[in-house]
Amino acid sequence: MIHLTVNGREMSLDVDPDTPLLWVLRDELRLTGTKFGCGVAQCGACTVMLDGMPRRSCVTPVGMIDNASVTTIEGMEGPEISAVQAAWAASDVPQCGWCQSGQVMSATALLRQIPKPTDEEIDHAMGGNLCRCATYVRIRQAIHDAARTLEG
Amino acid sequence: MTLLSRRRFLATTAGFTLALVLPTPFARAQGAPPDLPATPNAFIRVGADDTVTVIIKHLEMGQGPYTGLATLVAEEMDADWSQMRAEAAPADDTLYKNLAFGAQGTGGSTAIANSYIQMRKAGAAARAMLVEAAAEEWGVPASEITVRAGRLSHPGGREAGFGAFAAAAAERAVPQDPPLKDPSQFVLIGGQGKRLDSAAKSDGTAEFTLDIYREGMLTVVVAHPPAFGATVASYDDAGALKVKGVEMVRQIPEGIAVYARNTFAAIKGRDALEIRWDESRAERRSSSAMLEDMARALAEARVVEESGDRGALGGAAEVLEADYRFPYLAHAPMEPLDAVIEVKEGRAELWYGCQFPSIDRPTVAETLGLPMDAVRINVLLAGGSFGRRAQGNGHLAAEIAHIAQAAGRDGAFKLLWTREDDLKGGYYRPMTLHRLRAGLDSDGRIVGWENAVANQSIMAGTALEAFMQDGLDPSSYEGSNDLPYDVGARRISWARVESPVPVLWWRSVGHTHTAFAVEVFLDEVLERAGKDPVQGRLELMTPEAGRYRGVLEKVAEIAGWQGRTRAGRAYGVAVAKSFGTYVAQIVEVENGGALPKVTQVWCAVDCGVAVNPDVIRAQMEGGIGYALSAALYSAITLDGEGRVQQSNFDDYRLLRIHEMPQVHVAILPSTEPPTGVGEPGVPPLAPAVANAWRALTGQPVRQLPFAQLLS
Ligand code: FES
Ligand code: FES
Repeated sequence: MIHLTVNGREMSLDVDPDTPLLWVLRDELRLTGTKFGCGVAQCGACTVMLDGMPRRSCVTPVGMIDNASVTTIEGMEGPEISAVQAAWAASDVPQCGWCQSGQVMSATALLRQIPKPTDEEIDHAMGGNLCRCATYVRIRQAIHDAARTLEG
Repeated sequence: MTLLSRRRFLATTAGFTLALVLPTPFARAQGAPPDLPATPNAFIRVGADDTVTVIIKHLEMGQGPYTGLATLVAEEMDADWSQMRAEAAPADDTLYKNLAFGAQGTGGSTAIANSYIQMRKAGAAARAMLVEAAAEEWGVPASEITVRAGRLSHPGGREAGFGAFAAAAAERAVPQDPPLKDPSQFVLIGGQGKRLDSAAKSDGTAEFTLDIYREGMLTVVVAHPPAFGATVASYDDAGALKVKGVEMVRQIPEGIAVYARNTFAAIKGRDALEIRWDESRAERRSSSAMLEDMARALAEARVVEESGDRGALGGAAEVLEADYRFPYLAHAPMEPLDAVIEVKEGRAELWYGCQFPSIDRPTVAETLGLPMDAVRINVLLAGGSFGRRAQGNGHLAAEIAHIAQAAGRDGAFKLLWTREDDLKGGYYRPMTLHRLRAGLDSDGRIVGWENAVANQSIMAGTALEAFMQDGLDPSSYEGSNDLPYDVGARRISWARVESPVPVLWWRSVGHTHTAFAVEVFLDEVLERAGKDPVQGRLELMTPEAGRYRGVLEKVAEIAGWQGRTRAGRAYGVAVAKSFGTYVAQIVEVENGGALPKVTQVWCAVDCGVAVNPDVIRAQMEGGIGYALSAALYSAITLDGEGRVQQSNFDDYRLLRIHEMPQVHVAILPSTEPPTGVGEPGVPPLAPAVANAWRALTGQPVRQLPFAQLLS
């Protein structure tokens, strides 16, 4: 039995401990906002918050995070994610959309740490999130816009 | 029924549905259209809550047809953008043909072009029916009713939204040829309407194939052959069946399928398979050996375009020559291939990002031995495609059908290709070799031009072979012929080579390599003749090349073009027309060590009427990023045993955010009919970068990707 708190709900799961968190979230809990893109921590599509920090769920066996608290895009709350999502829609960032849950999670984590990031800080924080549609110009813009919103 | 369309009236939970089926230009061209089937499928649904849902016949894979087609409808309905919704049409090629293909499918950047009149007529018809219904109810002449921003009103003071008349409007005859607006009256076309799918794609609620879970569904991964053309000789599934969660293992034509209760078990089960492969008919050449064979094949190239004096090169004062080499490329859409099927009591229902329904649906029906109407395909959003889901042979549909069939029982099955399956699985942009020769006279004028191309054919051996003419596949060499330049005597030829490695269209297809070969070689020739890249091109352009000239002049203007180098930076230019759209780009390049660092890109695009300017800008930005990924890094290579050497994003490198240049887009105003923008942003980028790199370093670029400079 693996014990996790997922989006604020405590649960015990009867799964193989070597199962990546990604597939537990999707196949067992049907939290499908978290996407699969590579399975080897190269693309960031599977990004979730693990005890508040962004983490690639595809390379995180659930056996290694017993008792941890996991937040997926479905369970995110707070001013940063609201500002990020509003900026994403205002700039029409997404194209196909597949990578965007991961982008939004990484951008939110960035703004929680650095309220007004520079371009270099954005590059650093977002460098692990691939977008095959190359929406990068708008991702950068939307992060700056979200930072301005948060400043008030 | 002759030209009169059919109307449908449905009750739904959302209220009443006004659904239209209009005669299509295609059907008219074929003579009287057949009686349309009694089906609720159509293009427009007006809800009692005033929402207008447009049923989109094209696959939304990021390029924006949900927004684009809804804009066309909304414009002629005089709807308010906020009331518009979009929903995918299912596979049904009676109703949802691509009028450019005569079959249901998305590709060739045709979504807006083929829908431009059709969707506007649908909108205009719906508006007329709503107006008539209101006129009757209010007891006023229809001509006195105006419609603005989704509200019907009469000078006498009556006013209502569309929803109030949805039911009554649905009872009325559909006007067969409603008048369309003059473009000068457009409010939404050319406006700044937002995409309809951004919010759901920013909060994780947008539903994709992988998100479908049917009751009792098993997840399936397939062990595909390790070499192209290999087949299963024998296999042992004992290890796989021991993996907890694995339910069964079956041999299917595509390989060995592992069925499991969850994705991880399926992947683990596949890892535990022991398979012996028969590689006697497999491709065992390395990709470099294949390129050498292509060079030999050029001797047999067939002429596809020829004009002028054949002896022009022989009489030239100077002849320049260059070969250009292009690797296989994987599309690598962020969502790998996937599909869900549920077979129940003689019917099959599927859910996936289906790009060619007219090929996939009969493929599933035939494989399962079902009549066509027992197969329903629900088209879902696709997490990218770039051509990967546009399969002339319906191989994904066949694979999911084989999986259902081999299960030997009713049930639901989800097929997932992992990233490794995707990159190793073929269906690549064809590896290609170009050989160019140009002759200059003693004044530096180009008097002759030869371009020989060697690669595999995409269409041969698929359902699309019928589109080939006389054994020629234009998608192999499009863009090398029909040049906008006067380059004297021309001879363009193509050599078809064969291999078991399957190939496919990759965002902008033949133009991915032809634009590079033409625009890089031309740049070298112009430099040799002492000409400026922009001025030299303009001087060579023929009188018919007005739209090429327009984008080239525009891009030079917005980039402030001053020549090849300035203050330690270099600038390169290229122009290309693909799928009816003209694009010119100028790039600014710095020396990033061994590779170019592209800092800025200026892009001018002429795609006729700009339906959604911001979607056009987004597609130019995305096309530039996609092309830069390939130019800098991407190659699929085969080793000496025919094995693909790449497996995931660590060795098939894609562009990351810090490598994305600033992009400046100018859209040329135009009254020409709209053409597509999904692909045309791609072709000019790589040649522009190569031209800038040569200006910066003196090093001509004769093969892609640039990363090969490192080895
Ligand atoms: S799926 Fe986890 S990083 Fe790509
Ligand atoms: S929006 Fe398509 S991969 Fe990012």
